[in-house]
Amino acid sequence: MRMNDKEAAELLSQGDPIELGRLADAERAKRFDDTVTFIVDRNINYTNVCKNECKFCAFFRRKEHKDAYLLTYDQILDKVQETVDAGGTQLMIQGGLYPDLGLAYYEKMLSLIKSRYDITIHSFTATEIQYFAQQEGISVLECLKRLQAAGLDSLPGGGAEILVDEIRKKVSPKKIMTDDWLHVMECAHSIGMESTATMVIGFGETMAQRVEHMERIRQLQDRTGGFRAFITWTFQPGNTELGGEKTSGWDYMRTLAMTRLYMDNVAHIQGSWVTQGERIGQLTLGFGADDLGSIMLEENVVRAAGTAYDMSINKMAQLIRGAGKRPAQRDTEYNIIKHF
Amino acid sequence: MYCNAEYQDIEEKILSGKRLSKEDGLRLFDCNDLSWLGNMADIVRKCKCGDIVYYNVNCHVNLTNMCTSKCKFCAFGRDKDAKGAYAMSPEEAIAVVEDAMQDPDLAGLHVVSGLHPEWHFDDYLYRLQALHDRFPSLYLKGFTGVEITHFAKISGLSVAEVLSKLKNAGLQAIAGGGAEILCDRVRQELCPEKATAKEWLEVARVAHGMGIKSNASMLYGHIETMEERVDHLLKLRELQDETGGFQTFICFPFLPKNTELGKQVQQTSMWDDLKTMAISRLMLDNFTNIKAYWVMLTVPVAQLALSFGANDIDGTVHKETILHDAGATSPTALSEDYIIRIVREAGRIPASCDCNFNIIRRFDQ
Repeated sequence: MRMNDKEAAELLSQGDPIELGRLADAERAKRFDDTVTFIVDRNINYTNVCKNECKFCAFFRRKEHKDAYLLTYDQILDKVQETVDAGGTQLMIQGGLYPDLGLAYYEKMLSLIKSRYDITIHSFTATEIQYFAQQEGISVLECLKRLQAAGLDSLPGGGAEILVDEIRKKVSPKKIMTDDWLHVMECAHSIGMESTATMVIGFGETMAQRVEHMERIRQLQDRTGGFRAFITWTFQPGNTELGGEKTSGWDYMRTLAMTRLYMDNVAHIQGSWVTQGERIGQLTLGFGADDLGSIMLEENVVRAAGTAYDMSINKMAQLIRGAGKRPAQRDTEYNIIKHF
Repeated sequence: MYCNAEYQDIEEKILSGKRLSKEDGLRLFDCNDLSWLGNMADIVRKCKCGDIVYYNVNCHVNLTNMCTSKCKFCAFGRDKDAKGAYAMSPEEAIAVVEDAMQDPDLAGLHVVSGLHPEWHFDDYLYRLQALHDRFPSLYLKGFTGVEITHFAKISGLSVAEVLSKLKNAGLQAIAGGGAEILCDRVRQELCPEKATAKEWLEVARVAHGMGIKSNASMLYGHIETMEERVDHLLKLRELQDETGGFQTFICFPFLPKNTELGKQVQQTSMWDDLKTMAISRLMLDNFTNIKAYWVMLTVPVAQLALSFGANDIDGTVHKETILHDAGATSPTALSEDYIIRIVREAGRIPASCDCNFNIIRRFDQ
């Protein structure tokens, strides 16, 4: 039977993480046995200029700031080449909301990449998509169709934060609200463009609000089936205006296990080594996660000799093996490319 | 709900309070059903020690880092003329504690040091006495089985005589370090210069016979086999059957940074750390307490370890240096408020205690 909201909120605040982990792990094992996947991809942040200025963000700059940048197409293509050379199968192109670029800028970026490389483009958050549409004076659906035609394959689930407007107004008042985020996802799914979904915890939201977030996504998933994975991140308070205390490992594990149990219609639960560190990331594999996301080829790592890159894949495989699981590299759609 | 078919026989033993065998221990180290292990350990923890989580408001005093032992897993000990080598005078040791006394709740000291190449037993004894005289209200826990064996050797006294003098100088409990892996193959390779397995156990046995309690520990994740880990636990369990004098058991994952051994050995994974914690709780059925030492495990893991059998989270520590020399990334001290908060978040009852687990203050909701 499906878990209801009241039950979920209670378990989130009172549940013993080990007991929840036990249930979540059984669910994971039922679906995926001992296979744990990861993807080799690269983040390309084409600009750090952003008009949104979210309080939890340490990345954005105002356009006139000395560290502000916008990558040229050539710079982007160089990074794609490096990614392909390193065996990456996916690009995650994301950026701030740079004023006045026009949709053609993004269409050209996508088609240039696709004309030269056989690589999956899993890019742009819902926030960016809505902004592109607004700037262009077209609907979100129309905007997504044009981007899809230009080469966009898949949408990452970032920018969802907590899908409760009360929280969004507090942490990112200029960013799109709950219904907007869900609308972008629904439009994407309607044209066969699948996505992931995320949740960021630790903004001071209540457990009931976390459940509300999960509920909204579960409801949409019932209608579209377009979410491949659900990913929980923790808010990183360093260098941000919002500040505050970092979410504890205890809270993270309990929440992660709950997402596996509550999000019964989303296949993959991704553990986040990026926000939790590799060591806690490994633990997620005992609490319901079946995927560790991307090894995230970092710029310097990609540029360095092949060994540094091999180390990353090896390290990932080792982390997974250390948890008694079978590591496998996957593509964006979770097809297994290679077992280790 | 907790059942794991493959390990059902072990589960039955655990739930009926039966002792696990060496064979069981080996199978548990092979098991990767982490939440099951956690669950089993948590059930045992609830039965044996309830919901209280102990911690000390304490200060670590490391009198000297000069050390003749040269253990390959250590980044703290060094030669007398090496860079950064120090040896505290009694006044300097007192100054460290005076600084820590800014915390009005400071309850005790944890005094553990290197095997100084020139100090006599009296040099250690004198410093202990000085600390005790200056801070009579602070409890004194200190010196490992390794140090006490060393004191006996350099002084020509028996272990009992050394212990008796330390006790008279104010020592109330013995620290748990230096056990490493109680197997002479491992010790021969990593730390041939210090107390053997037998000598370490003998110090504990004699101390317990004199009414001095001690702690026990295991340094794992280096060159030992899983069988050697299990044997280590069994040796402690056997002695505990005999004396009942061990108070808490501490798992120390080997931290490779800055150590000679670290060139060949990688740091244990968190998966291994939590498994080892849970298995220790399950095997050491005659130990009341299992410590999640946050300095080594890091705070988030120590907090999670409370669900894997631990009921002791060490303490505020104030200026830990031995493990930070080996690259420990945790802070060098935690505030009492912070400890109380993470324990409460784990749904447990924090209680500060002295070095013999007498509760000083407990913080029920």
